[in-house]
Amino acid sequence: MKNKFRVFLKGVFDVSPLMIPVVPFGLIFGVLSIDIGFSPIETMGMSLIIFGGASQIILLQLFSGGASSLVIISSVGAVNSRHLLYGAVVSEHLSDLKLIWKIVISYFLIDQAFARSNEYFKKNNDKDKYFHLFGGGITCWVIWQTTTFLGIVLGAFIPEKLGLSFAVPLTFLALLVNDFRKLINVIVIIISGLVATFGFNYVPYKAYVIVAGVTALLTAAILTKLNKKNE
Amino acid sequence: MSNWLLIIYCGLITFLTRFSMIALLKKEMFNDRIREILSFVPSAIFPAIIFPAIFLDNSGDFQLENNPKIMAAIIAMLIGIISQNIIATIISGLASYWFLIFMV
Repeated sequence: MKNKFRVFLKGVFDVSPLMIPVVPFGLIFGVLSIDIGFSPIETMGMSLIIFGGASQIILLQLFSGGASSLVIISSVGAVNSRHLLYGAVVSEHLSDLKLIWKIVISYFLIDQAFARSNEYFKKNNDKDKYFHLFGGGITCWVIWQTTTFLGIVLGAFIPEKLGLSFAVPLTFLALLVNDFRKLINVIVIIISGLVATFGFNYVPYKAYVIVAGVTALLTAAILTKLNKKNE
Repeated sequence: MSNWLLIIYCGLITFLTRFSMIALLKKEMFNDRIREILSFVPSAIFPAIIFPAIFLDNSGDFQLENNPKIMAAIIAMLIGIISQNIIATIISGLASYWFLIFMV
């Protein structure tokens, strides 16, 4: 038990620096959700049930644009496809766990906790190491729920004139800062953006996010293949 | 579909993408090639949210003139490339947007 707690705390400490950007993200989510017309309880419910920043903001964005439920759900799925990768990477370290722990850990498998625990898993091999991911995940969970709640409260006082909805594209832009320096990523970014912008009015059911995402991902597949041939 | 049902479905699909690989995976199912392509998912999806929110107005028409969002997004992007910092990127974008709509 003592060792589990020690590993848990290590997870908390390791993930903490990555929590700073989560604060404004959670506030923005809370404010916008109220602004769009979700009730405070629904807003809190999203953070508790979905517990994923990008998924929740895409849900808001498409919902406010009048997209159908099917399109919203599949867009959320598309955004989440990166979690398949995270799961695949950490699964080898979690294969001996009981099913209930696999379920708990899956709920907490978010970008930041994945990044930190994956580093930890590579260096440590004791049987309690999954508590690292548990600690990191819970830390993020507490911050996310708290900032969502504060955003809901703040939302009542923030005037519409501030144009806070602009924070949505800005937040996603900020999540891409590490990709702006890589040529293939830049090409993929531009293609996705252009397809979405020009397809916005023409792709049925507001499925422009999916069409743009798939087109851009195919482009990435082709470009990385060409790149390898030239090496 | 009611809002709650929508939220629950979105939560389920989010959970399932996280859970499926942990529960099912045989390690060899994911080769390096698939890993490499999946690493492009953020670059492929996020711009589909970013671009329309900047270049189109609420009714979906192009808004290229008198649009402070374009300049603010460019400033945020430059600050992001230089600083590699998420908070600095968001704050510089919002600050320049507010500067353009309230001061200029």
